[in-house]
Amino acid sequence: MAAVAAMAAAGCGGVWRQARQRFARWPGPGSRPFSRGHRAVVCNARGGAVSAGKSGLAPWIPVVGLEIHAQISSNSKLFSGSQVQFAAPPNSLVSFFDASLPGTLPVLNRRCVEAAVMTGLALNCHINKKSLFDRKHYFYADLPAGYQITQQRVPIAVNGSLSYSLCIDNKMSQMVTKTVRIKQIQLEQDSGKSLHDDTRSQTLVDLNRAGVGLMELVMEPDMCCGEEAAAAVRELQLILQTLGSSQAVMAEGQLRVDANVSVHHPGEPYGVRTEVKNINSIRFLAKAIDYEIQRQIQELGNGGTILNETRAFDSKLGCTIPMRDKEGKQDYRFMPEPNLPPLILYDAKSLPANMNHQQVINIDWIHERLPDLPSVKREKLVEQYGILPEHSFTLLVLAELWKGEGKTPLETVKEHKLELLQDLKELEQICQAVIDGQENEVLAIKAGNRKVLNKLIGLVQKKTQGRSNPVLVKQLLEKKLSE
Amino acid sequence: MRIAIGPSGSRAPQRSAPAPPAANGLPPSWPPCQWRRAVLRQDGGARPPRRRKGRGLSAGVRWRRRRRAGRTMLRASLRQVSAALKEGRVTPTELCQRCLALIKSTKFLNAYITVTEETALKQAEESEERYKRGQPLGILDGIPIAVKDNFNTAGIETTCASNMLKGYISPYNATVVQKLLDQGAVLLGKTNLDEFAMGSGSTDGVFGPVRNPWSYSKQYKEKSIPKSHSEDKEPDWVISGGSSGGSAAAVSSFTCFAALGSDTGGSTRNPAAHCGVVGLKPTYGLISRHGLIPLVNSMDVPGILTRCVDDAAVLLGSLAGHDPKDSTTIQDDFKPFELPNLTDVSKLSIGIPKEYHAPGLSSEILAFWSKAADLFKNAGAKVVEVSLPHTRYSIVCYHVLCTAEVASNMARFDGLEYGHRSDVKDSTESMYAATRREGFNDVVRGRILSGNYFLLKQNYEKYFVKAQKVRRLIASDFGKVFRSGVDILLTPTTLSDAAPYTEFIQEDNRTRSAQDDILTQAANMAGLPAINVPTALSERGLPVGLQFIGRSFQEKQLLTVAKWFEKQVQFPVIQLEEVKRHDSGVFQQQKSASFS
Repeated sequence: MAAVAAMAAAGCGGVWRQARQRFARWPGPGSRPFSRGHRAVVCNARGGAVSAGKSGLAPWIPVVGLEIHAQISSNSKLFSGSQVQFAAPPNSLVSFFDASLPGTLPVLNRRCVEAAVMTGLALNCHINKKSLFDRKHYFYADLPAGYQITQQRVPIAVNGSLSYSLCIDNKMSQMVTKTVRIKQIQLEQDSGKSLHDDTRSQTLVDLNRAGVGLMELVMEPDMCCGEEAAAAVRELQLILQTLGSSQAVMAEGQLRVDANVSVHHPGEPYGVRTEVKNINSIRFLAKAIDYEIQRQIQELGNGGTILNETRAFDSKLGCTIPMRDKEGKQDYRFMPEPNLPPLILYDAKSLPANMNHQQVINIDWIHERLPDLPSVKREKLVEQYGILPEHSFTLLVLAELWKGEGKTPLETVKEHKLELLQDLKELEQICQAVIDGQENEVLAIKAGNRKVLNKLIGLVQKKTQGRSNPVLVKQLLEKKLSE
Repeated sequence: MRIAIGPSGSRAPQRSAPAPPAANGLPPSWPPCQWRRAVLRQDGGARPPRRRKGRGLSAGVRWRRRRRAGRTMLRASLRQVSAALKEGRVTPTELCQRCLALIKSTKFLNAYITVTEETALKQAEESEERYKRGQPLGILDGIPIAVKDNFNTAGIETTCASNMLKGYISPYNATVVQKLLDQGAVLLGKTNLDEFAMGSGSTDGVFGPVRNPWSYSKQYKEKSIPKSHSEDKEPDWVISGGSSGGSAAAVSSFTCFAALGSDTGGSTRNPAAHCGVVGLKPTYGLISRHGLIPLVNSMDVPGILTRCVDDAAVLLGSLAGHDPKDSTTIQDDFKPFELPNLTDVSKLSIGIPKEYHAPGLSSEILAFWSKAADLFKNAGAKVVEVSLPHTRYSIVCYHVLCTAEVASNMARFDGLEYGHRSDVKDSTESMYAATRREGFNDVVRGRILSGNYFLLKQNYEKYFVKAQKVRRLIASDFGKVFRSGVDILLTPTTLSDAAPYTEFIQEDNRTRSAQDDILTQAANMAGLPAINVPTALSERGLPVGLQFIGRSFQEKQLLTVAKWFEKQVQFPVIQLEEVKRHDSGVFQQQKSASFS
């Protein structure tokens, strides 16, 4: 847990340092150790470079990129007419195509294409007027056809960007806007779910999810810490929900985020990256990334190497562990999907005459009908009502809550993680971390200065984003300090 | 060319598809479906089945006519027998029973894997009811047909002649099967093939080889028994060709009036040539592939096997058209047509591609080919030699594309959802491996292995992409020739007449397929319509066919020319003892071969 505590203390915008003792086993092709006294450049919330300061400490630049799978909110699946519904009885939403019965063929769902175009436009992407579908092959129990239909060669949208804001040092008053580039958005099929019953040594397969439409968003590695990634995903979530292209509820798997993490020294090529999976909330996303950054720095600092591997985030342990790699160094043997002609989109200029309107998707038409995006709404709030920018964020989240969508207030609160932190263990861990990080304050309290305890309570509140009960926190801290 | 729509059933006119990019342009070709546009599903309602009203006759007239006729029906053409049904000269049940009896007595041909006697008789009964009410569903009502066993048939086993699908009963009908049933056709059974349609002899399926009915014909026996041998010695039976050998043999031996095959590299035309029947491979995208268990998605088309060209046009008319379940079908309405009797061919330009003078082409077939060219020339048509320079790369290119798609298409057979599952239970992976080892024969496994090799990241550009580019060149060769004013290409269908089984199996499947597909498979590469027309008997008394290749979606022109040719050559009728027993009575003998 030490690593987690140290990481938490570093936070975003801080300087990652690791005493470099050995250069002998420097990893990475073509890289070499740099000289002492090299100016350390790291990212921070202000976007500027920060010198490492103390000599003897080599700075590390963490690099974070995200791959996000957003389940498209649609009535039926991407290539079949089966319904899309969360938590339906197992295998109740499976068409012949979904079960890959021989002789069945895919037929593209218009709604899914429109959702992807909307999302692409909202993320400032270039929409490809012609995109292609490919087959990606691998054997897995929940992939009935033995391949996934995806868009590997020419995806539907490319070269976009997502602007998001985050506050410096957790102060709402100091917001800074950052941008992450979107490499591409591709349409693809979801897989089914398999459940391994180890005691009876069998695998149960549920194909309800097999074939549901996904948008895979690939973000360029433009982020440098968990908090940035979390802020970017939060903004994306809000955009998708505003568009209605995805419900984007992480807990229901409608938004799945994998993080690519590497660290390197300034002026050096990017380090070997790991892919962190199994992240099921935004909070864990930040945790997982920060843990992984710290782990890599430690590993390299100890003379180790980083493997290009997939790691799973264990939310209970708060760390990442190597996954028994189902994909490994697999060759996916991509090939064009022969049963789907190219997907052709039109704009006002290229719109064909005399064509069945049901077969035409007009990018301009969709563009004109895009709802106000969160950023625009905030601007309006600030400009028209003189609201402080930081409050505009809160208001917008509230607005999202008001939508309701048939959810009870309790569900909404849970979904957005607004409820009081109930997990005593977690709270204890956070208290411990705060205690471990504040030696002087602890000494002062132990020396009898009880007022300093309030500072520790404040730190815990900050960490939990105000979601902890101060009375309980006080009790916990007192108990821990008296141990 | 027009393009496809979604299942909402809207049939509004569509804009023409964008023209294919230039041959040397990038990205590489993926004809023919990739020249079109993706279809968008609207999740709307389904289209109601098409129904036609028929006219009935009074019961008395039907009864009298039935007494007069009915005996010679099996050797009639589909159109003739349909007329007989309509006029009440024969009932659907009688017809069905006769076919079933003939299937039984020609069981040794091994043309059928499954005979659906019970459902066939039930369908015939229902058809009979419709005729009685004077409301037949159309020309196909009551017509016994057979379907290759790689088309899905609801409630009836669909095996692909493979252990992998032995006992597999599909829950749905292939679109083409559904269309036939909707129009009242009587499904007699599922015909034999090479495993998963991979082969050119119909010798490589788990149910054993198909025997060519001509092996038992008077014509073959007379010419092939060496005089020196004893009288009772049977000549070697010959292969039916493949992979739709069961369907070709079924039509050829008069057990059904038409059959569905599939054609990926020649699998309909090749057995049609060897069995002396008409075999039509329509333009890619004209007939739905939904429910056809794929071999190579970008080349597969359902094929039509019939006794004559007119019948092929009838079947085409009842099968063609857009299918919302197959995005690669064209969106235009297809208007069924009747073939005119061509009297003047002087406006026609027939191309003779010199590359089809391939190594291994028998001198006999070469002679028939030039005779056919002369026939057109003498009738006033323009006959020109043309060149399709990239045709010689076709086979090797086909090998790469075919195996790659096979590797991909076969990935779904893992023993989990359906089909064979091995008892090996050590792990999911070992179960997969054992299932696939036990389920597929060597030919299928071999193609899966090569295909996966070609698709490996390090090989993809070198083999697959290159093969796609060559495919584009092959297709554009045809385009150039047709643009130069040629209407139809005339070529041989096979290199020689059917080989005796014992001789055929001396070579492995791959060698055989490469040789046998050589004249047929370029049409699949280019997606063009092509038809085998039985032409004459060889010196051994076996059928020889010639192939006509037409322009995309110009089936009417292709079939019109084929029909003219068919009329000129007067291909002889097969003389089978078995058939005579079941179809005795007054049978108007056609003239013996006039084209030899």
